[in-house]
Amino acid sequence: MTDTKTEIIEADILVIGGGTGGPMAAIKAKEANPGLKVVLMEKANVKRSGAISMGMDGLNNAVVPGYATPEQYVKEITVANDGIVNQKAVMAYATGSFPMIQYLDKLGVKFEKDGSGEYNMRKVHHMGTYVLPMPDGHNVKKVLYRQLRRLQVAVTNRYMATRLLKAPDGRIAGAVGVNTRTSDFLVVKAKAVVLACGAAGRLGLPASGYMFGTYENAANCGDGYAMAYHAGAQLANLECYQINPLIKDYNGPSCAYVTGPFGGYTANNKGDRFIECDYWSGQMMLEFWRELQSGNGPVYLKMDHLAEETISEIETILHTNERPSRGRFHERRGNDYRKRPVEMHISEIGFCSGHSASGVWVDENARTTIPGLYAVGDMASVPHNYMLGAFVNGGIAGRDAAEYCANVELTDYDEGYLAAEQERVLAPTRREDGLTPNEMEFKTRRLVNDYLEPPKVTAKMEIAQRRFAEIRDDLSELCVRDPHELLRALEMQTILDCADMAAAASLYRTESRWGFYHLRVDHPETNDDEWFCHTVLYKDEQGRMAHAKREVDPYVVAVEADEMAAYHQLRVKTPAAAE
Amino acid sequence: MPIITQAKSAAVVIDDAKCIAEKGCTVCVDVCPLDILAIDEGRKKAFMKYDECWYCMPCEADCPTGAVKVNIPYLLR
Ligand code: SF4
Ligand code: SF4
Repeated sequence: MTDTKTEIIEADILVIGGGTGGPMAAIKAKEANPGLKVVLMEKANVKRSGAISMGMDGLNNAVVPGYATPEQYVKEITVANDGIVNQKAVMAYATGSFPMIQYLDKLGVKFEKDGSGEYNMRKVHHMGTYVLPMPDGHNVKKVLYRQLRRLQVAVTNRYMATRLLKAPDGRIAGAVGVNTRTSDFLVVKAKAVVLACGAAGRLGLPASGYMFGTYENAANCGDGYAMAYHAGAQLANLECYQINPLIKDYNGPSCAYVTGPFGGYTANNKGDRFIECDYWSGQMMLEFWRELQSGNGPVYLKMDHLAEETISEIETILHTNERPSRGRFHERRGNDYRKRPVEMHISEIGFCSGHSASGVWVDENARTTIPGLYAVGDMASVPHNYMLGAFVNGGIAGRDAAEYCANVELTDYDEGYLAAEQERVLAPTRREDGLTPNEMEFKTRRLVNDYLEPPKVTAKMEIAQRRFAEIRDDLSELCVRDPHELLRALEMQTILDCADMAAAASLYRTESRWGFYHLRVDHPETNDDEWFCHTVLYKDEQGRMAHAKREVDPYVVAVEADEMAAYHQLRVKTPAAAE
Repeated sequence: MPIITQAKSAAVVIDDAKCIAEKGCTVCVDVCPLDILAIDEGRKKAFMKYDECWYCMPCEADCPTGAVKVNIPYLLR
């Protein structure tokens, strides 16, 4: 495995990640300027990669005229995220939302419409109406792929990007990737790079112990977070973890957004509702956790009160889109929505701004803090963005990068840095024996569960840091026997980087915020005086993990104090009367 | 430390009678996001090589002959 080749190519724009936001960035860059050379680097195969490999069963955050205005949406997300948002970026999404739906519709993505051809919107959020079902949403990836080919985007499948390359003046110069089947290197020199690598979804270990039984596509293990960190970009609010209410063991969405509008709801073991709103927020997760602690668990998704036609409609949507193996799981368990509610649980932790707010810092143009570097989708800091957000912000990044390219030249990167990176990548191939990627990943993720899950305890998180440092020392024994194992070895190092970032970011914010996501036992109160700000984490000049506070920019949409509390009152009131 | 190999059950099952890998088909191997399927060079049939399945099902949906069956991994069943 030692004689690997290195190929060097040049491009105007390099997009890393071919799931959702990445393809749209490439598409919109090409539409803006067909003369640009756009390369899309993907770890798997763009035909079926990323979070929506089997399509999507609905839009969670569609801002459709007549149902919600961009201002209402910005307000909703500001409130759901405890005020710590860059409203300009949320507004950029909100105004781009409806045009993107129309664009996708035109390309052939199917959204639910009523008899007169209007979009069939449903309400799930606390305040507004933003859910648009996609019962035939299984062809999204095909539609994207067609468009990538039409516009002649150059796709390189099965290359895992490992590090970004920078110019001496600090701007982006490209990236290096390694082929997951041959371990050959591909260096792409580029004027602009768009990171679209998805969530860090392989951070905590699923309670089942099955390492790939994750909520996110297990390929989305945080590569983008690690690359951005090592390049010196700022990452925002990482302590605002992603934690989701999922089907127990299956670990996929149950999916309350789909079932809610039909009358399904989250209930305790008495069959009672205990939260007013099934929209996934930190406060909702806190109530979920409290219900389990109180002895009223398990928590279920209840549908057995619904009519037969309704249940079969729900089944058709849930078992053909997004996670079609749900039906197969229920069948083996003897779960039938008609007879028995589905047992749910609290997922392991991850980073994903798509569902919470933990991501690489970006502004309203999807620009990171490094010139020429963009981030979009689940890994970029625009909160609660979901699939449509990935598309919209991908499009924003693509267009902005196309413009940026017009004014800059390709630049050289540091040869010594590249050589050192190649040596780091290949080191596990040079050993005859040692530790396997599998066991090192398992141990890292098991420690994440033991010490980093909320409720977060300072002393436990400090133990985590020590144990992660031990694992880092053990990297000198990491050993692989083929390119596939090398892929896992590199992912394992990404996961360890993310674990360190999760611990450090959680320790930095000495208050509690975002419900369960950042519930700190030693600092139980929310402290707006000290902490009404973003936190950013970055690698400093000495290579250390550093932190800073970043002010919340003045709001573009005002939010009244009483509105701000809307998501704090999710527990169903008057439990005595409900008995 | 020396490395050992331990037995695992394969949740993704290929029906050899239906698989046409010998005719050059590699569709399931191509689409798997976790890259865990491979073609057995001796038998010329697809098989699950690594126990790292996300039970997402593109392999099954895209196989031209319906040879792939994705089962939920035993630990989750
Ligand atoms: S896609 Fe089907 S026919 Fe083709 S190699 Fe895989 S199992 Fe065989
Ligand atoms: S179900 Fe998904 S992860 Fe498993 S083998 Fe098929 S494509 Fe690969």
